[in-house]
Amino acid sequence: MKKMQLTLTVNGEAHELLAEPRELLIHVLREKLNLTGPHIGCETSHCGACTVDMNGRSVKSCTVFAAQANGAAITTIEGLGSPGALHPLQEAFREHHGLQCGFCTPGMITRAHRLLQENPNPSEEDIRFGMAGNLCRCTGYQNIVKAILAAAAEMNAVKEAAE
Amino acid sequence: MNELAPISREDRVEKLKGLGHSRKRVEDVRFTQGKGNYVDDLKLPSMLYGDFVRSPYAHARVTSIDKSAALALPGVVAVLTAEDLAPLNLHWMPTLAGDKQMVLADGKVLFQGQEVAFVVANDRYVAADAVDLVVVEYEELPVVTDPFKALEPDAPVLREDLAGQTSGAHGERRHHNHIFLWEVGDKQATEEVIASAEVVAEEMVYYHRTHPCPLETCGCVASMDAVNGKLTIHGTFQAPHVVRTVASLLSGIEEHKIRVISPDIGGGFGNKVGVYPGYVCAIVASIVTGKPVKWIEDRMENLTATAFARDYWMKGRIAATKDGRITALSCHVTADHGAFDACADPTKFPAGFFSIVTGSYDIPVAYVGVDGVYTNKAPGGVAYRCSFRVTEAAYLIERMIEVLAIELGMDAAEVRAKNFIRKDQFPYQSALGWEYDSGDYHTAWNKALKAVGYEDLRREQAERVEAFKRGETRKLIGIGLTHFTEIVGAGPVKNCDILGMGMFDSCEIRIHPTGSAIARLGTISQGQGHATTFAQILASEIGLPADSITIEEGDTDTAPYGLGTYGSRSTPVAGAATAMAGRKIRAKAQMIAAYLLEVHDGDLEWDVDRFVVKGAPERFKTMAEIAYASYNQAIPGLEPGLEAVSYYDPPNMTYPFGAYVCVMEIDVDTGVADIRQFYALDDCGTRINPMIIEGQVHGGLTEAFAIAMGQEIAYDEIGNVKNATLMDFFLPTAWETPHYVTDFTETPSPHHPIGAKGVGESPNVGGVPAFSNAVHDAFRVFGLKQAHMPHDHWRIWKIAHDLGLHG
Repeated sequence: MKKMQLTLTVNGEAHELLAEPRELLIHVLREKLNLTGPHIGCETSHCGACTVDMNGRSVKSCTVFAAQANGAAITTIEGLGSPGALHPLQEAFREHHGLQCGFCTPGMITRAHRLLQENPNPSEEDIRFGMAGNLCRCTGYQNIVKAILAAAAEMNAVKEAAE
Repeated sequence: MNELAPISREDRVEKLKGLGHSRKRVEDVRFTQGKGNYVDDLKLPSMLYGDFVRSPYAHARVTSIDKSAALALPGVVAVLTAEDLAPLNLHWMPTLAGDKQMVLADGKVLFQGQEVAFVVANDRYVAADAVDLVVVEYEELPVVTDPFKALEPDAPVLREDLAGQTSGAHGERRHHNHIFLWEVGDKQATEEVIASAEVVAEEMVYYHRTHPCPLETCGCVASMDAVNGKLTIHGTFQAPHVVRTVASLLSGIEEHKIRVISPDIGGGFGNKVGVYPGYVCAIVASIVTGKPVKWIEDRMENLTATAFARDYWMKGRIAATKDGRITALSCHVTADHGAFDACADPTKFPAGFFSIVTGSYDIPVAYVGVDGVYTNKAPGGVAYRCSFRVTEAAYLIERMIEVLAIELGMDAAEVRAKNFIRKDQFPYQSALGWEYDSGDYHTAWNKALKAVGYEDLRREQAERVEAFKRGETRKLIGIGLTHFTEIVGAGPVKNCDILGMGMFDSCEIRIHPTGSAIARLGTISQGQGHATTFAQILASEIGLPADSITIEEGDTDTAPYGLGTYGSRSTPVAGAATAMAGRKIRAKAQMIAAYLLEVHDGDLEWDVDRFVVKGAPERFKTMAEIAYASYNQAIPGLEPGLEAVSYYDPPNMTYPFGAYVCVMEIDVDTGVADIRQFYALDDCGTRINPMIIEGQVHGGLTEAFAIAMGQEIAYDEIGNVKNATLMDFFLPTAWETPHYVTDFTETPSPHHPIGAKGVGESPNVGGVPAFSNAVHDAFRVFGLKQAHMPHDHWRIWKIAHDLGLHG
């Protein structure tokens, strides 16, 4: 199949690559760019393990063609925090036991990151609704909700202190 | 070190982060950054991709397979069929249950989604294209998806390979689709008591077929190194050592030439216990091509072909005196095992530990009979977040108690309390042969009822019914009660084995000279946090901080042999091995300390992290000091170094228990059930890490919520799977998942080194009856006795409709 030339900006870094028109964004991220943080759980948009940020919106990269992402700015879990300085969400998930097997976690945190930009002061209900596109089989969500609430408070406090 | 300002004993305990500490998980730093290492993340040079051609039919003869078009596609390396595997004798493989299973369709297919051919290509897209190019011709055969119909005299013969075989791995087969009859207890005595009982309640209770559905599907990368003759298999294995042994037996490759690695596993819940055709085909393909071969199933393949759970039709009869004292329990199960008996149970237990069905109650006489049956459904029968068939047993007894309470006109909480095994009866011998290790059911039960305000709830419920009858509301209240007893920690080698391997587990510890350590275990975490909790067990045993102890699992070249992680066995078995290996370390450390302090070893006592001379607290040696000495001093009569290994054969199972209460508001017109309150009290013996226990309970309850309220694998009459994607297979989101309140009592196991019993599966076992009983309870006053799960909105609406509540 004839390949297309694509330009993607992933976690701030520009990439030029060739991909078939039918190739899914998740496969390009995982296999061509070696960003294995986003996972594949269902390939039908239900589970959210593949969630990444594309041009400021959460997308499920298992049902986005790489070609649709041409020219886009993409953030994956690898673009949040660093080993020495975890993102407040990463820290809060650890602190509040918001993960177990870890498979949903990258998508979960990437989605939560976008949610807190959409709504910096979410209620528990807002979080449960806003996170409903991301499935977790281990935690029962209770501690995920707790972690996101805690991260929101932390991020707001930091922002306030800066202002 | 001794010159430093003394720190208090309390601070020294705190520093260890040992037993009872809500230690944060060491796994989380990598998982939160997307740096986990799951099997599909693995990329090896020249790696090929495998994909399956699967049967669209549930029962058909395969008349021809034409792979020429697929082979002509650029990038396709091979297409394997049963014909190709037959010369290696790998077209069939043994199952864990003593049956055999086709690896690739051998002449016929027996369930929808069955593996027919394995395509290998240099790219996963090309492999998928090639799957479509393999032309398979089928001749359809009559399909049986109902286990009762499968046992009718003229039912189609499913397993032609078993023609003429009137006995199988578990005794006599009385019909061509019959697998076994497994019986426990005293049938005649039970019948006699039931025949003359004052009250008898009888019900058929169906625990539907469902699926563990971990978020990561099953998969592997098989890599045959032709130069060294070594086969390495990375895969989603809950029991890596067993996989190595099976791979050796099947392939003929010597076991030391096989290395099995379970990397991070994205949830298991029983799905990753079995050995699947995908693993076998990837191994063969790697041997044939000389290249690594990756096979990762997609979600539809996962739901249709690997490892279903439950599918038990349970006929229960319970007898009691008029005042509510239970006198007998009888249970007959028709167990739908699908096309091959691939249940993952200890060999001698074809229905697992279903005979825990007497539950938390002192029942003098009981009988269980389980008939295993073949149907045109996928094989499996795994313990989906429960010990072997224990959730089925807990569901049946907890439903029967409710039905009995209706029959007696008594409150179901009172019937339970009246029949609990009393604290002074432990260790308790059950009528079906188990020795319950410890329990204090009345204390747990009273605590639970008090916590939820049980009397007030019943009053509110009664008032609601009156208001409903007056036409003032369309919502009813259901109060779901459960007191469950689990049986976990398989198990004693004398009666528990898998493919002949005794179900012990193991731990090997090496203390490094500067006072840190590594411990390796035969188990493998799939989210349970072993790297965190096993270090805590060890910290308390050997006095080194948990933060200074690395836990490693899952690599058969380095870890000691163990039977893996499922059936809540890691803490009861491998946790015990860890404690015992730690004690060996301590015993040697005591000898070293005695030498260093120039006293008799009997004059020393252990104190948190050190040996202290009795009566002279200022004279001591810490474990870190002892470790250093063990490597740099010649100590007469002792070998250098500080290492230990323990293989632990548990003397008994452990018996965690719990009391759950679920309060639901049910809309009679829409069938929507809102969980208003869920209280879960768990007693898992000694609590290692309360934070992780709570997380396990939340997760298990959510799986129970899913199973009870909507999740199922259903088949239509011609064997089509009706719930093959996450569109149809219910996995609750954060939105509909209830909020839980957790609580505990702590009754240690008397036979476990640290008294721990295991907790991962309790909430699933106890949660399902709690949710289901709440639905039943809401409609109890209108005459409902039994309605089958899952209680989705439509089925709840139907209950209301059939009871005439829609006017």
